[in-house]
Amino acid sequence: MIFDIIIYIFLGIGVFFNILAGVGLLRFPDVYTRLHAGTKCTTFGSIFLIGSIILLGLKMWWEGNVNGSVLSLHSIFALIAILLTNPVGAHAIARAAHRSGVMPAKAVVDDLKDNPIKKSSRKKTSTKITTNKETGGK
Amino acid sequence: MIEFFNLFFIVLIALLLCIIMCIIRVIFGPTIPDRVVGIDTINTIVIVGMVIFGTAYEEIIYIDVAIVYALLSFVSTLFIAKYLEGGDF
Repeated sequence: MIFDIIIYIFLGIGVFFNILAGVGLLRFPDVYTRLHAGTKCTTFGSIFLIGSIILLGLKMWWEGNVNGSVLSLHSIFALIAILLTNPVGAHAIARAAHRSGVMPAKAVVDDLKDNPIKKSSRKKTSTKITTNKETGGK
Repeated sequence: MIEFFNLFFIVLIALLLCIIMCIIRVIFGPTIPDRVVGIDTINTIVIVGMVIFGTAYEEIIYIDVAIVYALLSFVSTLFIAKYLEGGDF
């Protein structure tokens, strides 16, 4: 009984935050604010949605159904995959957007322009080869 | 055994609404990183939808498909970001 109420509350919180992510993607004015809405809200909402599935599996296992433990374990692995991959992808998109020249809306000063982020050592070795191509191309 | 208007199907319809809002952003995005953000959000919502779908139909193998989809969509997002930076692979 208590498990059912907790599962319903978790489903409600997850759906609410996923809908907030969609509204934020539509209404925000900028790439970075849209990334803020579209990544953090879906991560938080998917924690609660998959958490409700994990609780349902534990409840099924408690009642004697063996499939409940399998359901719970596989849902935990899917949640771990989301939690590992989603923030890393958001960081990569933000860095790519800044380096490709997209400025925030109503931005005046760009602090990273004069002091750019140091590129990796793998790129330093390849710049010697591609200097002629870059000066010739641009 | 499973009635059609289950609670999970209502959740799936709400997630479909989120995906439609993200598709509007992907179509009308002014710049290319906007579209990439929309695609990334759609990927996360599809993973959660697969887990709930597998629970509603009592098929465990759909959740395994969701795990593999999560890892592959992460790789695709990283490659698109690397391409937008202008770096050579």
